[in-house]
Amino acid sequence: MWCGIDIGASTAKAVVFDERIVSKVVISSGFDTKRTAEEVFEKGLKKAGITEEDIEYIVATGYGRIMVSMASKTITEITCHAKGAYYLDNTVRTVIDIGGQDSKGIALDNGKVQDFVMNDKCAAGTGRFLEVMARALEIELRELGELSMKSQEKVSISSTCTVFAESEVISYKNQGKKKEDIIAGLHEAIASRIYAMVNQIPVKEKIMVTGGVALNQGVVQALKTKIGKEITIPEDPQIVGALGAALLARETF
Amino acid sequence: MKRLHTYQDLKKLVGSHYMQAKTAQFFNQKVAWVSSGAPVELLRPFDCITIYPENHTSICGAAKVGPEYCEAAEAEGYSRDLCSYFRCDRGSTLLGTSPIGGLPEPDFLFGCNNICGTILKWYEIVQRHFDVPFLFVDTPFVHSTVYEHAVEYVVEQLKGFIPVLESLTEREFDEEKFVKGLYLSKECVELWKEILLFGAHKPSPLTCFDAFTQLAAIVSLRGTEEVVTHYKTLKTELEERVQKGVGAVDDEKIRLLWDNIPVWYAMRSLSELFEKHNACLVADTYTNAWASANIDTGNPMESLARNYLEIYLNISMDLMLEKIQNLIKVFDVDGMVMHSNRSCKPYSLGQYDLARNIKEETGIPVLIIEADMVDSRSYAEAQVKTRIEAFLESLGG
Repeated sequence: MWCGIDIGASTAKAVVFDERIVSKVVISSGFDTKRTAEEVFEKGLKKAGITEEDIEYIVATGYGRIMVSMASKTITEITCHAKGAYYLDNTVRTVIDIGGQDSKGIALDNGKVQDFVMNDKCAAGTGRFLEVMARALEIELRELGELSMKSQEKVSISSTCTVFAESEVISYKNQGKKKEDIIAGLHEAIASRIYAMVNQIPVKEKIMVTGGVALNQGVVQALKTKIGKEITIPEDPQIVGALGAALLARETF
Repeated sequence: MKRLHTYQDLKKLVGSHYMQAKTAQFFNQKVAWVSSGAPVELLRPFDCITIYPENHTSICGAAKVGPEYCEAAEAEGYSRDLCSYFRCDRGSTLLGTSPIGGLPEPDFLFGCNNICGTILKWYEIVQRHFDVPFLFVDTPFVHSTVYEHAVEYVVEQLKGFIPVLESLTEREFDEEKFVKGLYLSKECVELWKEILLFGAHKPSPLTCFDAFTQLAAIVSLRGTEEVVTHYKTLKTELEERVQKGVGAVDDEKIRLLWDNIPVWYAMRSLSELFEKHNACLVADTYTNAWASANIDTGNPMESLARNYLEIYLNISMDLMLEKIQNLIKVFDVDGMVMHSNRSCKPYSLGQYDLARNIKEETGIPVLIIEADMVDSRSYAEAQVKTRIEAFLESLGG
């Protein structure tokens, strides 16, 4: 069997693979990246009901990839997301991955990375943007998507900068605007930012959105409207990178 | 990366050059601070010692002290959006230090706006600080061809400087010495061109990181015997590598072209990253900017004007694209890495369009990374490395 470990800024993921996904695990990334990697790996093994000896090869990916001591190889999350997405659906031509610290657009040609684009040293268009806003609105991150669907009168957030957008949120709060309307405005802002970025690569159908933010139906809806094309979300969007890493481990060994 | 033996020679050469400048007054020589694109050959017959603040700031960058000096300039009120070469130079002057103990004070300044408009303002600030004369050459931008009137305009300016230089240096202009210097300069440039062309070999015996280091000689000491000797030694070393089939990078699999000024403080980490993926940056647009010089013996001043009008940052995007396409062909590269340099606007403006054109017309992939040449506060190492690694993975590395 093979294992892929994806250590992201917010969450760590592990996938054990053997001709199919045997187990998949998502945990929060702790401060100690090495410990996080061990923990997610152990949980992945436990869930699969196997031991370390059953694993033939491990590939690590994500920002913490170099800290994964049990991995034999590191591969960037761009290559891994492309691999994972193509495995889940081989008609996918564009992957939009929105993670905790960064977001990226990947153009696929027959499953290979043809071109890619990533956000710069800026939290706009990432999960962090939503984390900051959820805190300002005093709600849980996972509540954002559902709440935004209730919006009747979406507000307009003009800043894409996280810091400035937060002050806009505070000013809307002080004007007595409804939470759902503010959230809908935020989702539109993040969608605009991502759209502007991924447009630098040719956005071709089918489009798949991966990463933790894909769990937020409000962002996905806003992105669909902005791009004007259908978007597919895999069953478990957070594990696509780890899945790709596991698949690449199988190819390597 | 296998280090070239000639690296030690270069260190000595540059070191002794700065030493000479610091003792210039004892030999009745004048120290001129010169911009990288200034027609320095005009100063050679006057025995001036030329100092390049841009070379000095790249040394500061490589020594990773850029932010410290930049902050000193910012504390004086200069915006962080200004060129980091300027901020670093200003900071070094204000603090009176640098990794080489600061620059010797100038007797006069010699700058040319063929590399950017910042030079003019930068040198005016230096002029006010040291209260010394500033000789400034204005080179009209080349949109499509070099017009005769532009050449005449530059020639007139250069000729006008002669009496000024005569009085500043208390030496008479010696035409013969001037022409001899031009030929030495041409010899340096041609040797440099040959050296860079070694990158076309497979595997390449040098990487652009070698070229970035070795560039110091052609920039600071162009038109001197020492550089000719130095580059001949370097050439021999590269010839030996080619004969033995030794590549600068082990098992070279990916050949790349670099665009823009180096990320000086990240030279080592970047070169190691590329090497890890068996990728060799075989050429770059930056060091190739010093690889052309034509001389018409009948009209040396005109040749000088023409050469400095046509430099890489003084030409339109269409002409830049032509040059890039030529490099892609000559060096047979698999991809291109562009450094979008927060500091250098004339170099970085238009890169996204150039990248699109290159992808469309040559089919080779282009990666753009964001950084700054000296100010490491504008550099996110993890992000840049991820981009480069993903790019190399997509190229099969």
